[in-house]
Amino acid sequence: MNTKRLIIIAVGGQGNLLASKVLGEAALLADIPVHMSEIHGMAQRGGIVESSVVFGDAESTIISDGEADVLLGFEPSETLRAINKCNSNSVVITNLSPLPPYTAAIGKVVYPDLDKLQDLIRAKTECFVAFDAVKLAKEAGNLMCMNMVLIGSLIQTGILPLSTENVKEAIATRIKNIHLEANLKAFDLGFCIAEKIIRAKCFSFKK
Amino acid sequence: MHKLLTGKYNQKMLLLGNEAIVRGALEAGVAVAAAYPGTPSSEISTNFFQISQESDFYFEYSTNEIVALELVAATANSGIRSMCIMKHVGMNVAADALMTLAYIGVKGGLVIVTADDPNMFSSQNEQDNRYYSKLSGLPLVEPSSVEEARELVSYAFDLSEKLQEPVIFRTTTRLNHSTGVVVLGDVKKRVTKGDFLKEPFNYVPVPSVSRKLHAKLLKNMDKAKEISENSKYNFTTGQGKWGIICNGVSYNYVYDAVKDLNIKDNVKILRLGFSYPMPSDLIKGFLKGCKKVLVVEEGEPYMEEAVKAFAQEAEEGRTLSIKGKEKNLFSRLYEFNPALVRRCVAQYFDVAYTPAQPVDVADIPEIPQRPPSMCPGCPHRATYFAVKKASEGLETICPSDIGCYTLGFLPPLSMGDFHICMGSSIGTSCGFSKVTDKKVISFIGDSTFFHSGITGLVNAVFNNHNFTLVILDNGTTAMTGHQPHPGVDMKKLNLAGYNSPVSIEAVVKAVGVSKVKVIKPFNIDKSIAAIQDALNFKGVSVIISREICALYAKRFKKLKKKPFFVSDKCKNHRKCINELGCPAFVVEDNRVKIDPVLCVGCSVCAQICPENAILPLKEN
Repeated sequence: MNTKRLIIIAVGGQGNLLASKVLGEAALLADIPVHMSEIHGMAQRGGIVESSVVFGDAESTIISDGEADVLLGFEPSETLRAINKCNSNSVVITNLSPLPPYTAAIGKVVYPDLDKLQDLIRAKTECFVAFDAVKLAKEAGNLMCMNMVLIGSLIQTGILPLSTENVKEAIATRIKNIHLEANLKAFDLGFCIAEKIIRAKCFSFKK
Repeated sequence: MHKLLTGKYNQKMLLLGNEAIVRGALEAGVAVAAAYPGTPSSEISTNFFQISQESDFYFEYSTNEIVALELVAATANSGIRSMCIMKHVGMNVAADALMTLAYIGVKGGLVIVTADDPNMFSSQNEQDNRYYSKLSGLPLVEPSSVEEARELVSYAFDLSEKLQEPVIFRTTTRLNHSTGVVVLGDVKKRVTKGDFLKEPFNYVPVPSVSRKLHAKLLKNMDKAKEISENSKYNFTTGQGKWGIICNGVSYNYVYDAVKDLNIKDNVKILRLGFSYPMPSDLIKGFLKGCKKVLVVEEGEPYMEEAVKAFAQEAEEGRTLSIKGKEKNLFSRLYEFNPALVRRCVAQYFDVAYTPAQPVDVADIPEIPQRPPSMCPGCPHRATYFAVKKASEGLETICPSDIGCYTLGFLPPLSMGDFHICMGSSIGTSCGFSKVTDKKVISFIGDSTFFHSGITGLVNAVFNNHNFTLVILDNGTTAMTGHQPHPGVDMKKLNLAGYNSPVSIEAVVKAVGVSKVKVIKPFNIDKSIAAIQDALNFKGVSVIISREICALYAKRFKKLKKKPFFVSDKCKNHRKCINELGCPAFVVEDNRVKIDPVLCVGCSVCAQICPENAILPLKEN
């Protein structure tokens, strides 16, 4: 089977590791080979968390520069920083709500302009899906569900060999009952918004 | 109940490498394990700790790695299957025990897990611990995948009992922190009670005994080599005139590279999973018929040197091209990745291929860095600030140690000048204060103090050194994920079976420090006064700065969050931002603000604001 490589990039506390575990569980349910890896140095202290998820016929658990089929970014400047993982055929999905690093928050350095950031990514990659996932997470009822909003939009692209049913079932295995409804709603909101964006912007990338 | 205990035979489970190792150990019937936490091995201990609370399996966080190894040396020699877990540098601490335990051997299986960290994701060096096997003479096994890790643990236990020697189980960060689908085996019944039979002429290594024991070890190494020659973990795949020898996660990259380059018909791969003693006959056999050989291993040229030596003994091997660590091939630095291995394989065997083209990043503007920082409400920040104020005007040298507080070396606090290893803050303070005229102020965390600070302090007191030691007591081993240490009151964690906590001040006083003061770092003025008093003392003075880790308090819902805000009185001095660097600050429209979600209300900024402009945020 084809190999599909996904990089998830986030700031500590944004729920990256749970998101990749959900995808891993979904792959297990779908009986698709999956290998994952995470680097979370000092994530709880504000650092970057990177996960790689490799679906299909490959043994490596990490993804080299230029070899990601999809880059899923939880924070816009981190999405841009990780863009070297992509090639011109890659699909990039990002949350647009910034979480500026401390030096930017106190005005010592400038956080990248969001419009320019989007133009750069759009120009370099095959398909770019960007929206405010924090807003949708709030709409779903819980800010912490942002990861599921992004997972929803990821599944919408159809690039990964995972069905909505697999992923929803996996969410149910990893999320406590009291939070499940909000998480599933978050997934649906992300799924829908990506559909709109893809329909409006990228016509032919779905493979 | 813990998922690694309840998982059924043949069940497929998505596991982290570290979880797979724990499951493998349980399947092998491990009954005792001991560890000092250290990334990337930490999750092994965390899971064992939880499992020990739910079963008759015994686990302890030992004060350091050598104590952990000594403990399991005894349990294994009482016939109990035991395990010891440490990060790579922990092996340096345990090495004294390791070297002679190799002479003495074990009765019950003993597996020593060492987690190496190529690329130093969370370590101070990237030493290659395969050499500990060579140095000690102990067998070495290395898994390539999460799936293999589970079964290789069982193999290591069986091997240990067969040889009556501890077995070193080496991983790298990439294995520890990878996740894969694991098919579970059966959990063997644990034997938790053993017996020790006196054999002093085998167990007490005085010179006359050790001379016999060393000979025994060499015999065991011969036996181990025979097993290694036929081990299923040293396997060859494919056939062809191009040979690749690899180990660990490098095998995955090689496997994928050979597939991607479409050179399956030309390449044979020898994967070594039982890599000490090296299977020399197997390797010589592999070299036969090879035109060129590439050795793919992260870290040092451990296999490469051995393979080249074996080639010397083989007829046709003397002219064979064997390469690995070369200027244009593999580096001894950092970790490998699939593209790097693919490029080197293609280059060495002269295969045409088109590498992936990463997008051009030349026009990407500089993105602000996101270095880890001490948390909002972190007591270390307050302590560093107070020490900085108390020592104003003094020329200082500040040796630091290992923990979250190492981050204090970054601006704006810039506290931390020298650091080598666990406990080195104190030993190096002795040296700096001896030969310089500067005031030496050193920092060590509570867990690190128990790990290897006490002996240094005894030395400092006895030899009459002159410095101030600040013990940063945040009540937990914070950096590695809040593991307990001997200073923790386990009753408060609802855990039975522990003694009352060991008092740091009692230890400090008992070793002879006369100038000891406990401070509450969030009380800035009082702290500064106490520190100044300690700095004026001639000899060894100790400040114990005690305040719970904010992240830990949050985890146990013990954090009483009372955020502050910046009122209109603020005149933009920015002393708060410039001197504390707390991540809760933001600047909007050229005004300082405090993010009420991040602020926990330590009040340190409020105490140092020249305008008293920072005030508690009242609800409503």
